[in-house]
Amino acid sequence: MADTLIDAATPVAAARAPESSWRDSAAGYLFLAPWLIGFFGLTLGPALVSLYLSFTDYDLLSNPRWVGAANYVRIATSDPKFSAAMHVTFLYVALAVPFKLTFALLVATILNRGLRGLPLYRAIFYLPSLIGASVAISVLWRQLFAGDGLLNQALKLVGIHGPSWISNPDTALYTLVALSVWQFGSPMIIFLAGLRQIPKDVYEAAEIDGASRSQQFWRITLPLLTPVVFFNVVVQTIDAFKAFTPAFIISGGTGGPIDATLFYTLYLYQEAFAYFRMGYASALAWVLVVIIAAFTALSFLSSRYWVHYDG
Amino acid sequence: MVDLATSDEIPHPRNGRGRALIYHVVLCLASIAMLYPLLWMLASSFKPDSDIFGDASLWPRHFSLDAYWRGWSGLQVTFGRFFLNSLVVSLCSVVGNVMSCSLAAYAFARLKFRGQKFWFALMLGTLMLPYHVTLIPQYILFLNLDWVDTFLPLIVPKFLAVDAFFIFLLVQFFRSIPRELDEAAMIDGCGPWRIYWIVILPLSVPALATAAVFTFIWTWDDFFGPLIYLNDMNSYTVQLGLRSFVDSTGKSDWSGLFAMSTLTLLPLFVLFLLFQRLLIDGIATTGMKG
Repeated sequence: MADTLIDAATPVAAARAPESSWRDSAAGYLFLAPWLIGFFGLTLGPALVSLYLSFTDYDLLSNPRWVGAANYVRIATSDPKFSAAMHVTFLYVALAVPFKLTFALLVATILNRGLRGLPLYRAIFYLPSLIGASVAISVLWRQLFAGDGLLNQALKLVGIHGPSWISNPDTALYTLVALSVWQFGSPMIIFLAGLRQIPKDVYEAAEIDGASRSQQFWRITLPLLTPVVFFNVVVQTIDAFKAFTPAFIISGGTGGPIDATLFYTLYLYQEAFAYFRMGYASALAWVLVVIIAAFTALSFLSSRYWVHYDG
Repeated sequence: MVDLATSDEIPHPRNGRGRALIYHVVLCLASIAMLYPLLWMLASSFKPDSDIFGDASLWPRHFSLDAYWRGWSGLQVTFGRFFLNSLVVSLCSVVGNVMSCSLAAYAFARLKFRGQKFWFALMLGTLMLPYHVTLIPQYILFLNLDWVDTFLPLIVPKFLAVDAFFIFLLVQFFRSIPRELDEAAMIDGCGPWRIYWIVILPLSVPALATAAVFTFIWTWDDFFGPLIYLNDMNSYTVQLGLRSFVDSTGKSDWSGLFAMSTLTLLPLFVLFLLFQRLLIDGIATTGMKG
């Protein structure tokens, strides 16, 4: 988790190898060869090429034409679709991540109370995260929230006539948020693992001092869990920025109704593979990198004020 | 950390009976709410279309497998073909990922070589990089290699350890294997390759299995890759097949759509039942998204 990542950043082997022989190096690079080819050929090379393309106009047919910063200028100043996509994506991230994590933490806390049947509950809650990326689940979601779908049938029983949630631009995005929250299982498992690491005697001491359950949660559990919260926030946010399949399936690839589900990645896909504006799409990709990097940097900078590593 | 995640012992045995009962009721209701959509889908796949709406009950009044037959051959190409394609892509990806990532992980975790720290840092850096940055040049590359409409763009990157996440997972595991074993093997005259093959790999079966199962599930679920690289319906994977089914009959044949949706999820359910513990421990110990 958060600490294992940091831990991993200092390879033990390298640290204690002041002199490595030529033969050892050869062996090392031989084992590393597939990754090295992939790194240069499929990651670093393409990343640099897309950086170059982002300053060009390129439709796959004719050669890329250098246009300077024009793509970025257009993104920043005169692309209503970009603004729509940013609005949708940020709203989605801002709703889906907090709800999902709150739910995950709540359920994990209850599960950690020493109930019987923990493995069964855990498995049930985890299942949606495992299959949630499937097209089948997006299809199911479309039908759940359709005008005559399961939700409205249930609402009819209590006398409410629900709208078609999917084709209504005011509600379409919330169905996607609900789909994300439904998949709270994997952060829940990470929270559970974190809760297990909090020593029992801390609670026993608090109980002797007369701390109530909610005091214990706010004063002990949550502070000691902040490294795990931090990790989950970063991972889930990056993930939410990259969401694609549900929006694509639910809107039929359009990002509609009226751009209400135009996720950033969906807009990027349309620009690249529907209109073949490869230069502009590359610029969009780099803007996404900058957004994600900025968010990650902010999280790390802010972490010193709210994450306690001295548990 | 592994033990903590797996042990089901009771951490705070200080509940009253009543409180425990309330928790169970809440959790049971939550479980039902979570699973209800899935069960509704399953039930609807056995109902005639006329019964899906206006009948929210889970037990079909008229049980029929019609939707499965209709859905299976609802497009010009049958779902049998899509399943075969998905299976080929997923299995090749599993082989590629396990091979290439374990080789790289062995180099990072066990060998000593110049520049190791540097490459390791770069590898971790690629974990953070959204794939959108490499997407377009990769597409242009594969287009020029004439690989579009083949499975190669989906499989070859797996053989080049592009999924750095699994390298990270295996590095963590390899480091937990006692170094004395390597040293003993070295005294017996084993080189790095033999140590990798007869010491490290056999001892890492749980981690390799975790990587294999996650690779299979993620590849099976992948929609974006096939969407970009496969245009000919004969090469469609199940996810693309399902998408076409939505587009062509989605509004008229709900039970057929539900039947095929259920079938595409079936392999994932089976893997989940078989490897549940492995998957959950994998997430708990590495914090990977599941």
